[in-house]
Amino acid sequence: MKILVTVKRVPDPNATIRVKPDGTGIVTDNLKYVVNPFDEIAIEEALRIKEKGGGAEVVLVSIGAKVAQEQLRTGLAMGADRAILVVAEQDLDPLGVARILQKIVEQEKPDLVLMGKQAIDDDANQTGQMLAALLQWPQATFASKKESLESEAEKNGLPGIQMANGKAQVVREVDGGLETIEVPLPAVVTVDLRLNIPRYASLPGIMKARKKELKEIPVAELGIDVTPKLRVLRLEPPPKRKAGRKVSSVQELVHLLHTEAKVI
Amino acid sequence: MQRFSGVDYYALDELLTPEQRLIQRTVREFVENEALPVIEAYHAREEFPRHLIPRMAELGLFGANLQGYGCAGLDNIAYGLICQELERGDSGLRSMVSVQGSLCMYPIYAFGSEEQKQRWLPKMAKGEVIGCFGLTEPDHGSDPGGMETKARRDGSHWVIQGTKRWITNGTLAHLALIWAKTPDGIRGFLVETDRPGFSARDIKGKFSLRASVTSELILDDVRVPEANMLPGAEGLRGPFSCLTQARYGIVWGALGAAMACYHTALEYAKTRHQFERPIAGYQLVQQKLVFMLSEITKGQLLAYRLGQLKDQGKLRPQQVSLAKRNNVYQALQIARLARDILGANGIVSEYPVIRHMLNLETVNTYEGTFDMHTLIVGRDITGLDAIR
Ligand SMILES: Cc1cc2nc3c(=O)[nH]c(=O)nc-3n(C[C@H](O)[C@H](O)[C@H](O)COP(=O)(O)OP(=O)(O)OC[C@H]3O[C@@H](n4cnc5c(N)ncnc54)[C@H](O)[C@@H]3O)c2cc1C
Ligand SMILES: Cc1cc2nc3c(=O)[nH]c(=O)nc-3n(C[C@H](O)[C@H](O)[C@H](O)COP(=O)(O)OP(=O)(O)OC[C@H]3O[C@@H](n4cnc5c(N)ncnc54)[C@H](O)[C@@H]3O)c2cc1C
Repeated sequence: MKILVTVKRVPDPNATIRVKPDGTGIVTDNLKYVVNPFDEIAIEEALRIKEKGGGAEVVLVSIGAKVAQEQLRTGLAMGADRAILVVAEQDLDPLGVARILQKIVEQEKPDLVLMGKQAIDDDANQTGQMLAALLQWPQATFASKKESLESEAEKNGLPGIQMANGKAQVVREVDGGLETIEVPLPAVVTVDLRLNIPRYASLPGIMKARKKELKEIPVAELGIDVTPKLRVLRLEPPPKRKAGRKVSSVQELVHLLHTEAKVI
Repeated sequence: MQRFSGVDYYALDELLTPEQRLIQRTVREFVENEALPVIEAYHAREEFPRHLIPRMAELGLFGANLQGYGCAGLDNIAYGLICQELERGDSGLRSMVSVQGSLCMYPIYAFGSEEQKQRWLPKMAKGEVIGCFGLTEPDHGSDPGGMETKARRDGSHWVIQGTKRWITNGTLAHLALIWAKTPDGIRGFLVETDRPGFSARDIKGKFSLRASVTSELILDDVRVPEANMLPGAEGLRGPFSCLTQARYGIVWGALGAAMACYHTALEYAKTRHQFERPIAGYQLVQQKLVFMLSEITKGQLLAYRLGQLKDQGKLRPQQVSLAKRNNVYQALQIARLARDILGANGIVSEYPVIRHMLNLETVNTYEGTFDMHTLIVGRDITGLDAIR
């Protein structure tokens, strides 16, 4: 069993994001970067399948600038076996990324590709679906699980995705409930927030990650067209939240909700 | 409130290696997710959150800057960052790591026999054996050379008699490193706490470092085999070199407590309105916030440089004294200002500020008081001893 997990370098969700005054992007000075939180969940799930779900080689792949090495090292420190960085300094859109991943999948021939359902920077939620289509593989999106994140199963680090007899059973988060589906392998699975709580990289794990393989492939070597079809026109910060207001009675609150906020 | 994402006005982050950044993040998340939600309750009950010990061990926090014997083998800047992030949670968490790693594991590592290292270090790294460091006595604090605890030889054993006080982890510990006077000077003894004649009781009623256990140890003719003495430590050099290790950690740790206070005060001031404006908009409040930030930033650079010197093996204990003195003192000023900015909210446990402020009073005193470090640096630069 080989699992390929995608890892994107994104701004720290805890950092305050500022939009450049001209709206062409965000201010990146002194900005901290992390592994996309959804990808972290995907790494955790792959490691659980490796440890408690029948064993696997866990290979990470990231696409981006050389600095994305740091996020791959994070995944290696969590316990992944090796990593690939497709070095691309230019901007890419989801289709470009899916095309690159298609090439890597052809080289690596994994049984399962695990991806975050979206990256928290541009929230596209497309790459997994596009990759499955390009590969003509089955896909299961928004993987979750029945057990809660406070359950014993979660505390014991059991995987939510069940792999057996060349198939993966995936519990999907859908409107108003959960749906369990089965897909034949190889397949693409994208993960949602409630699948697991990712582990932290332990200090000895961080030291071990130093010696693990991290292969770099220049994007030009893959011989594919990754020119973006998508162009960002303008970024705007969300409107400033107005200060709250105190009301003196329930009656006044209901009245204002009706007349001012117009929500009831 | 905006989640804490570090205080880094001078982009110190860029000086860190990717591994150091990762280590910092691991410890920060551990503190955020596992320690902060429970720390107030333990502080209120005057208890250490013992369930965190196995988690801290799993992450590799005990003896993290020692090589081999199941330790993580980190550089000293990484170790400093661990202390900073832990103390951002509570000084008690950092104290646990300082005592276990710098005051117990380090002396075994530096002055112990190979057999002592093999026997204790791997278990201590795993948190299965908890240690305590017994130097201070009821009547001898700043001047440990005056200690009254004695060890006398009896055949192939040593017999230890005396009282140690203010000992962190005393009643939690499986192993106590006891410094005692022998006919040939001060020596360190590894005393298993289940030996007959050893007893410990907790000191209650503390207003500071409540989420940490502080104890009194009584050694009433405790017999330990010859092999329990640390062979490599003779005289006060032994305990002092442990203290240099631990003080180095405090230099970083104090910054963590200061960062927690600054972050809380800044967020509070931006949202607290008085006279129809956020108080952060008033000059006096800004002055306080800027003072805090500039002291944190200076302290960070000081700690970072100290770490470089330590990694290069060039660190002088007096340099650690200067930094311990400065960073703890400034952290205390920062905590007091943060408390002031929070107004009445500054005195309640809903905010971490008063807890840090009270904790820092201990940090100011233990591992050499502020004044003792002043006198150590003073002696160093003038050549004149003002201590005796
Ligand atoms: C919570 C807590 C945990 C602790 N944990 C440990 C531990 O794990 N192991 C351990 O061994 N100890 C521990 N200590 C003890 C700590 O190291 C001592 O409290 C410290 O060394 C100061 O000693 P003292 O309290 O006896 O004060 P004193 O030495 O009596 O000092 C009192 C005051 O006199 C000043 N002073 C002393 N000598 C001079 C001088 N020559 N000139 C000018 N001023 C002077 C001091 O600066 C201070 O202001 C702990 C203390 C606390 C509060
Ligand atoms: C234990 C306790 C008992 C109390 N008992 C009583 C009582 O019996 N009756 C009662 O009425 N109240 C009582 N109080 C409330 C007390 O008087 C207030 O806490 C005090 O007036 C400060 O107000 P605040 O806490 O809202 O702080 P804030 O007014 O929010 O002040 C926060 C910070 O902003 C600063 N600040 C505010 N405005 C400005 C400005 N324009 N320029 C520069 N800086 C500014 C303040 O100096 C402070 O540092 C009590 C408080 C405590 C803690």
